[in-house]
Amino acid sequence: MKKENLTVISQENLAPRIYRMKLKGESVRSMLTPGQFVHLKLGGRHPLLRRPISICDVEEDQLSIIYRVEGQGTSMLAEKKDGDTVDALGPLGEGFPITPSDDTALLIGGGVGIPPLYYLAKQLYDKGKRVKIILGFRRQEEMFLTEAFSRFGEVFVTTENGSCGTRGFVTDAIAKAGEFDVFYTCGPKPMLRAVEKAAGTNGYISLEERMGCGVGACLACVCDLKEAETDKSYVKACKDGPVFQAGEVVL
Amino acid sequence: MNRLNVELPGLKMKNPVMPASGCFGFGQEYAEFYDLSVLGAVAVKAATPETRRGNDTPRVAETESGMLNAIGLQNPGIDHILAHELPWLEKYDVPLLANIAGKTKEDYVLVAERISDATNVHALELNISCPNVKEEGLQFGSDPQMAAELTRAVKAVSSLPVYVKLSPNVTDIAGVAAAVEEAGADGLSMINTLMGMKIDIRTGNPILANKTGGLSGPAVKPVAIRMIYEVSQRVSIPIIGMGGIYSAEDIIEFFMAGASAVAVGTANFSDPFACPDLIKDLDRLLEEMEVSHISELTGRSWNKWEPNLSSSR
Ligand SMILES: Cc1cc2nc3c(=O)[nH]c(=O)nc-3n(C[C@H](O)[C@H](O)[C@H](O)COP(=O)(O)OP(=O)(O)OC[C@H]3O[C@@H](n4cnc5c(N)ncnc54)[C@H](O)[C@@H]3O)c2cc1C
Ligand SMILES: Cc1cc2nc3c(=O)[nH]c(=O)nc-3n(C[C@H](O)[C@H](O)[C@H](O)COP(=O)(O)O)c2cc1C
Ligand code: FES
Repeated sequence: MKKENLTVISQENLAPRIYRMKLKGESVRSMLTPGQFVHLKLGGRHPLLRRPISICDVEEDQLSIIYRVEGQGTSMLAEKKDGDTVDALGPLGEGFPITPSDDTALLIGGGVGIPPLYYLAKQLYDKGKRVKIILGFRRQEEMFLTEAFSRFGEVFVTTENGSCGTRGFVTDAIAKAGEFDVFYTCGPKPMLRAVEKAAGTNGYISLEERMGCGVGACLACVCDLKEAETDKSYVKACKDGPVFQAGEVVL
Repeated sequence: MNRLNVELPGLKMKNPVMPASGCFGFGQEYAEFYDLSVLGAVAVKAATPETRRGNDTPRVAETESGMLNAIGLQNPGIDHILAHELPWLEKYDVPLLANIAGKTKEDYVLVAERISDATNVHALELNISCPNVKEEGLQFGSDPQMAAELTRAVKAVSSLPVYVKLSPNVTDIAGVAAAVEEAGADGLSMINTLMGMKIDIRTGNPILANKTGGLSGPAVKPVAIRMIYEVSQRVSIPIIGMGGIYSAEDIIEFFMAGASAVAVGTANFSDPFACPDLIKDLDRLLEEMEVSHISELTGRSWNKWEPNLSSSR
């Protein structure tokens, strides 16, 4: 994990309020695990805290992130031009493990939970795994990356208003996707809860929690463990996660 | 030339900068970024007798130039801290200030007694000011008599110097300061966070699960400066100043107000290298200002202007 001023090399609007940014720098070469994140410092004294954004793709010294403009931090990110720099700390956290015994993987992403699954899909595909992908959006106009994912496997889209693919939530497409050995999911908490219920226990979930430090020191991002271990009853989303085994933490 | 070394009761510091309690865990995370031996001291996370799970999440919210936290003193308890956290820090050449919290006087006494045995703890810091835990800690911070009693009780069981960390959430901070000095406190830490709240206007609900939290960061600095300016002229024990330190200039301001060392909290979250960078910047700034030693600055602003402190309450 390093801190570096990465250089913006491109910025692209993919959908309303959704942007893809490419950044370049030496520290990117160590961002090898999908599901890990970078922590970006945008303002001087406001916004004060860093912003966690998932690693969406890495090619040599180039990092891609995809983010949705929510508030001040992401607005400032959207204003960056080619050649500007972004203070990035990363890679942080524990990402998605790739298990040798599982041949078919089902990836389930909702909204801005989708980006980290891209880097995962790519690595699973490169390792010769069969990959199926369910991507959930609110409506057709908000869709992104669906084409890009189709390089790695079959893509199932759901939209809440039915404007594309299956109408409803990602869980409504799980039956359609058929058999799988392991699942990986990232998205808002209610979605993770529903997926955990529908997809069983052989899988991994990636959690979004509000963070202070991003490195494990402040205890802002803790989650309770379902089965309390003897000397530890909680985990830190920033350091022990954001990826956890399905069923491990209380959602 | 060393312009930076300072000596406070129990704490022989290479420089006046330490990370503030609760903002640095027990050091492991930041040790991945730099050698902790460069620090003047380390104030470790609060210890209570029992394991504390803390408050529900969300526990942090950002505000204008500050942040609110309602961690709720989550910590693994004194036994675990003694067995697993403090020994790990032994490999660093840095004095530790052990932060202590509790519900009752007995809690503080128990933790103080036990943690004083750790070979690398050099001083105690009584947190009588955490705004995030209901009906505890804070009551000691707002009542001069109770604060003094607690200080006496801890002094009786430990031979280590005792710093009392004062709450800014009171009307008469100088009164509490004078009472704990009288009771034998060796130093003061100030300030802890200011009670605050943030509401999500989309839902109408406070963002923090605990509703209220403690405000820290640059937003609280003027409050800290005023309180240190006031208290340092009333007491003769040294003050570790904290509250919104983000630059070497901020540190100079704390010294001029009356601090003898400083602690850096929230800035560590903005930048994991905050402390080592501040130490370097401070040295450079002192050279520029032609100050031969940092301690010359302590209280430089005293009596230059007599604020009407009573009317501001
Ligand atoms: C591990 C992790 C990975 C993430 N990856 C992505 C990603 O790839 N793409 C993307 O668009 N978003 C991602 N997010 C969410 C993103 O961090 C927030 O949308 C962003 O911090 C909002 O900042 P803001 O200043 O624009 O919004 P504001 O609402 O102004 O932010 C205010 C505060 O709330 C926090 N906050 C707000 N929303 C969230 C949230 N959903 N999760 C955590 N903290 C939040 C901010 O960090 C900040 O401290 C991720 C979050 C986490 C925890
Ligand atoms: C996340 C967080 C946790 C804290 N935990 C403690 C604690 O356990 N004990 C304590 O005495 N102070 C605690 N504090 C207060 C800080 O030590 C410090 O007094 C305060 O944050 C002001 O300094 P700053 O503005 O530099 O952060 C905490 C502060 C924050 C932000
Ligand atoms: S964000 Fe600080 S511990 Fe996770």
